[in-house]
Formats: sequence, C-alpha cells, structure tokens
Amino acid sequence: MHDMSAPAAHHGAPTSFIRKHVFSLDHKVIGKQYYALALLAALIGMALSWIMRIHLGWGNFAIPGLHLLSSTGAPGNVLTPEYYLQLMTMHGTIMVFFVLTTAPFAAFGNFFLPIQTGAEDMPFPHFNMMSFWVTFVGFWVLIASFFVGDGPTLGGWTQYAPLSAIGSVGGPGQGLGVVLWATSIAIFCIGQLLGSLNFITTTLDMRCKGMSLMRLPLTAWAWFITSVMGLTAFAVLMPACILLILDHVAGTSFFVASNLVINDQVLPHSGGSTLLWQHLFWFFGHPEVYIAIVPGMGIVSHVLITNMRKPMLSHRVLIYSMAALAVLSYMVYGHHMFVSGMNPVSSLAFSFPTLVITIPSTIVVLMWLGSLYGSKLQINSASLFSLGFISMFISGGVSGFFLAQPSIDIMLHATYFVVGHFHLVMGVAAMFGIFAGTYFWFPKMTGRMMSEPLGKAHFWLSFVGAYCIFMPFHYLGIAGNVRRYQAFTDDYLIPLIPVHKFITIAALITGFAQLIFVYNLIYSRFKGPVETDNPWQGTSLEWSTATPPPHNNFGATMPVVYHDPYQYSVEGASSDFVMQTSPEKINNPNEEK
Amino acid sequence: MSQADLTLHGHSTAGAMAEPTFSVPAKKMAMWLFIIADTATFAGCLFAYGFIRNASQNWPRPFHSITNVAVMTLILLTSSLTMLVGVKAAQAGDKPKAFRWIMITAVAGVLFAALHLREWMGMIAEGATLFHNPWGTPLFSSLFFSITGLHLLHVTGGVVALIVVGVRYQGGRYKADDIEITGLYWHFVDLVWMFVVPLVYLLNLSH
Ligand code: HEM
Ligand SMILES: [Cu+2]
Repeated sequence: MHDMSAPAAHHGAPTSFIRKHVFSLDHKVIGKQYYALALLAALIGMALSWIMRIHLGWGNFAIPGLHLLSSTGAPGNVLTPEYYLQLMTMHGTIMVFFVLTTAPFAAFGNFFLPIQTGAEDMPFPHFNMMSFWVTFVGFWVLIASFFVGDGPTLGGWTQYAPLSAIGSVGGPGQGLGVVLWATSIAIFCIGQLLGSLNFITTTLDMRCKGMSLMRLPLTAWAWFITSVMGLTAFAVLMPACILLILDHVAGTSFFVASNLVINDQVLPHSGGSTLLWQHLFWFFGHPEVYIAIVPGMGIVSHVLITNMRKPMLSHRVLIYSMAALAVLSYMVYGHHMFVSGMNPVSSLAFSFPTLVITIPSTIVVLMWLGSLYGSKLQINSASLFSLGFISMFISGGVSGFFLAQPSIDIMLHATYFVVGHFHLVMGVAAMFGIFAGTYFWFPKMTGRMMSEPLGKAHFWLSFVGAYCIFMPFHYLGIAGNVRRYQAFTDDYLIPLIPVHKFITIAALITGFAQLIFVYNLIYSRFKGPVETDNPWQGTSLEWSTATPPPHNNFGATMPVVYHDPYQYSVEGASSDFVMQTSPEKINNPNEEK
Repeated sequence: MSQADLTLHGHSTAGAMAEPTFSVPAKKMAMWLFIIADTATFAGCLFAYGFIRNASQNWPRPFHSITNVAVMTLILLTSSLTMLVGVKAAQAGDKPKAFRWIMITAVAGVLFAALHLREWMGMIAEGATLFHNPWGTPLFSSLFFSITGLHLLHVTGGVVALIVVGVRYQGGRYKADDIEITGLYWHFVDLVWMFVVPLVYLLNLSH
C-alpha cells in the first residue's frame, strides 16, 4: 500500500486518465467530484419532493411511471402511506447529508481552501481522495435501499427509536432499509472526518508566506470552523449508527425499551432507552445544521465584499461570531427534545443557550446589513443569491426564537412550523449559498462564465418561489398541521388542503426553475464566454492564479501575501483593489496584519 | 517581517513551502485531531453507557474482584512508560534502544489484550453474550462488550502500528517524529482505559 500518512503534497501532476479524473489526489478534482455528487443528489432529492408534494395536494393523482420505482409502494401509480414516508425519509437524508453538507463544505472547500491559504494541496491527499470515494460509496448504499427488500426506511432523516430499531415489524423498510441507512451514514461520517482532518491541517499548517490567520478570507475561516465542528459531530454520529446496526443484526437492544408492544406483538427486546438515540443523534444533529450553514455564511460574505468593493464592517467580529456559533452549537441540541419526555429542567437548561445562540447569528446578520447599508452593490447572480441567503436566514431564524421556548414549542413541535423554520434557515439559505458560490467561482473552476440573464431568472423564480412554498408552512403549523402526515383527513385539517395545493404548485414551478440552473451550468461549461483569470476583480489568492489553476495551484512561484484579503477602495492605492499578493504599500489603518 | 524580506522569499520555486506556520508538523497535528475525534467517539459510548445504566432497574454488578483489571491497568500504565523511554531514545537518536523499547511496549499491549480476552472468555463461559447475560439486564453485556471491544480494537491497532512503525524506523523509512506520533496514540489509548476502568468495572463491583 502506498504510504498514506506521507505529509505535504509534493505529488507530481498525474498522467493517466484514472489518476487525473477518477482516483485523483488533486484537491481541485476532488472538489469538482464532490460538486457533481451533490448535484446528482440534489436532483434526486428534488424529484422526491415533487412526488411528495403532488401526493399532498392531490392524494389520488396517479403519477405516470411511478410504479416503476416500486410496484408495492405505488400501486396504480399512487403512493401508499408507507411509501410516502419512505420517500420523505430519503428526501431528508439525501438533502441534509449529500447536498447541504457535501456541496458548500466538501465541494467548494476542497477546491478553494488550499488555494485561498496559498497551499499546493492538502497535506494528506490520499485521505482526501478516500474521503470522496467513501462518501460516494455511502451515497450508493443509501440509494440501493430503494431497490432491495421492501424499500428504503420510513423513519425520517432523524431516525428516531424505537421505530428505527425494532426491525421489520415497524413497517416496510424498517429492516434492511434501516441497516442500509445507518451503514450509509456511518460511511459518510468517515468521509467527513477524513475531510475535516485535511481542512484543519491545511488551514493551520499549509499557509504560504505572509498568510497570517487574520489574512485568511472569510470563506477559509468558515470552512475551518466547519471542519472543527465536523470533527467531533461526525465522530459521535458514527458510533450511534453502529449501535443502531447492532440492534438490527446482533440482537442487542440499545434503543428499545422492555415490553414494547407493536401490532399486538410483544417485542423480545429489553432494557434499552429510546431517548438515548435522540441524545446521540442531536448531539450530532444540531452542530450539523451549522455545518450546513456556516460555509454559506463565508461564501456570502466573500461574494458581497467583492461586489460591494469594500470589506465588512469588521472582519474579526464575523470570524468570532462564526466561532461562537460553533461552540454554542454543542450546548443547544436538547431544544429538539423539549417534547420527548426529557426532564423539564433539562428543557430549561437547553432553552437558555438556544436563546443565547441567536446573539452571534444576529451579529452576523447585522454585520451584513450594516455593511450593505449605503454600499454600491453590483447586482449579479452571485450577489443576488447572497442577498437571498440573508433574507432566508433572517426569515427562518426568526421562527427559531419561538421554537427555542419550551412553552411555545409544546404547541409547535412536530408541526409544519418546524418544517418551515428549517427549510428556510437551512434548506433554502444553504442552497442559495451554494448558488452564490457557483455563479461566483464558476469562471475560476471552468474558465467560462455562466449566463447572467439565466442566472437572474433563476434567482427571482427561486426567491419568490421559496417564500411561496415555505411561508405558508408556518401558518399550517400554527393551525395544527402535523408534519409527516401523508393525507389530511381530520376535520381540522381538511380546510387546510387548499393551502397545500398552493404550496404544491409553487413547489413545482420553483423546482422547474432549478432546471434553468442545471441547463446554465452544463451549457456554460462548454459554451459559456471564456473569462480572464480575475473576472470579478477580486483580491484573494484564487484570483491571482491562472484559470484553471495549475496542478500545484500556483505554477512556478508560490505566492507571498502582503495584505489582508479585502483591500477594496483603499484611498491612495493605485487601483480600486489591492490583491493579497501585491507588494504595493498602502496606508490603511484598518488592515488586518 | 520586512517587505524586502518577503520579496526575497517570493522568488523561491514551487515546492519550497514556507516553514509550517505552526510549530506542529501536519502529521502530528493530524494525530491530535484524530485523538480529539476519537475522544468524542468514546465519550459518546460512555455517555450511552451511563445513560442506560441510570435508566435500568436491574443493572448487574457481576465483578467480584479487581485483581484482573488491576493487573491489566498496571500493564497498560507500564507500557506508557516504556513508550516514553522509546520516544526519548528515538529523539536522542539511539535507534537500537528505541526499537527495543517500542517492541517491549508492543509486547505489553499483546499481554493486555490476552488478559482482556481471557476475561471475556470467562464471562462468555458464564453465559454472557452481546445480547444476554445471566446477571441482569442484557444491556450490561451489550455495553460492556461494545465499549471494551472498541478499546481492545484500539489496543490491537496500536500494537500493529507499534510494530510497523518500529520496524520501519529501524529500517530507516520512518523518523523519530513518527515514533513520537505513535506514542501519542498509545498514551491516548491508555488514557481512555483510565475512564473505562472506574466507569465500567469499579462501578459494577459486587459489594
Ligand atoms: C436563530 C437561531 C435558531 C434557533 C433559536 C433555533 C431553534 C430551533 C428549535 C427550538 C428547533 C426544534 C423545534 C421542534 O422540533 O419542535 C429547531 C429545529 C430545527 N432547526 Fe433551528 N434554530 C435556529 C437556527 C437554525 C439554523 C441556523 C439552522 C440550520 C442551518 C436550523 C435548523 C433546524 C432544523 C434542521 C430543525 C429541525 C430538525 C427536525 O426536527 O427535522 N435552525 N430549531
Ligand atoms: Cu437545533
């Protein structure tokens, strides 16, 4: 075996096709591979959401061809209640793990973190390659559950016990489906742990000359902070998944209590604890939501600064706030368990830090708004999606204040209110972060520009569409609409069906708007106008290297950094922006050292 | 750093990476990061153990004597010391001595694993399995075997690492630094055991 622990990336440029494009050690190729995987996952996840939405709006509507996916799950092309839940679980799992974690963190982080720090590559390229391929395998293990046994698990992306741990008596997919789910996620954890290891060592150890920590762009900081969270969060989810697998295959009973009766059948399990799963899962789960959003915060800041032609009000306050989010994210996880039967004192103990964590979030938002105020922002697809990110993050964050209080959450827990909350603040916001990053960095990743008119159309349809879909969720939740129902037959739910129909229509239109993006992406990749090395006149290191960046990122001369990453509109400077590599002496008292 | 100084270095060729900004080289840092992640993994498992132990009514206390676990602990602690001697020797450049002490450490690891397996065998002979035991709630043996098994896995991995790194160090492929990094791991495995003993053994000692 090749020496995997060999540090520092002095590997030469690869020559064979396999080494170049498949089992590549180059962080840029790996970043693109992650992006492609996330794109595929997002398309599958979106298709699943369409099927669910159609079913929720028009329960008897036959979707042509659906029986091909599962003849038992969709007889006559109409979903069975169980199969609805199975698709829902796959939608959530695919989106949270393989899109929102993979794209902003692993894809963009891999491509740009080493470049922005001025490194030739990550210190452990073999780990990096493994990280992608392990994730890839994890993805197909999950997808495989569509096609074996009685289909994928129906337990939801949170996989609460005891349902997840009792096996086939729990319903279709609760046997093999759960085992595949837990295996997939455990594998995914390994991939992210390897990635985090590389990200942290790259940031701390591989910076080029002159690149002090404070001279790192906000994106690099965001990826660094995210990888620190990833390192401990995934390390807890992995053993949790393994315990869950043991409950299935080894006859243990970690997550099932004694004398549980399901379908008039007393289960043989005894002694375990159902709450234990929730503790282990949310100890991972809450940091995970910040793993999904913090890279987006970095991307949005980076994009806005370039388009405002001025730095944020405070570079450091943004960094410290993101770090505070990371630290606090471990102390709040119990806010998902207010209604779980957990000791009410614990509820209070988790409610307090949950309210505290809104402070750094608010500071980040105020930093953006304060910096935007009075700036001459250039409007393009990337900056529009950044503004959209901020808008979604605020709208979804506000509902967090309500959920954070146990007395209110008792009403709202497990309703569409929560679904609205996290789709806006995490789902859509993080997606917008991915879009902003894509429009912004596409010219560096491919050498070509994406179409601006298509990008703007994509933005407006998505922006308006997302609000049309997810704002009514809050109303539904307050009206008592429980989440994870596949039909609304109770008296108090029937009047809400028109709202669901409206949401479904909005979801289909917004979904098709995403196809504009996919078209734009593929078309521009081959036919887009060829761009220069620095189309946005940016200052950080990715803009001072060639497009596409050479194998070792910088060619014959490694960069030397003289400035902080955001020297725009500096008085007395020779141009409107001073690149990090420019030796020009400028007189800016606010510059980071 | 003066401007002139920076420009001077600016013309170095590719590959002349500046000295790592932190004094910790990447490999050692990676080991520390692994240790942090692994600490979280063990903490998660021990939390699960405590949580279920508290929630169980018929939690057993099947251990009658601490002799075996005391001997195991002593061996593991001693092996940390021998590792220390090995690392010091490697840093001083005394290859044969370093190699000898690393191998002694590995032998201690094997001894520990053997004693541990013997104890497992004894419990299994009494009827304990991953999902059943004669003393009380089945969760006891589930958690006992999972946690000590995870630790045993770490010890086994550590022994393999010690031998591989030791031999390659002897052969000149690895340096003193690599010995030190392996040492970090070994001490960590030792430290984890110091949490396992009171929580998993001493708390379950029959009065
Ligand atoms: C302003 C700060 C925030 C507060 C106070 C807050 C509070 C909460 C609370 C209390 C819940 C549990 C509701 C329930 O299940 O009854 C919740 C759910 C959730 N939050 Fe937040 N949140 C905040 C920001 C965020 C952010 C930034 C993200 C993601 C990037 C996020 C993602 C989620 C998700 C995914 C769930 C639901 C998970 C599920 O049950 O499936 N939240 N939030
Ligand atoms: Cu949370």
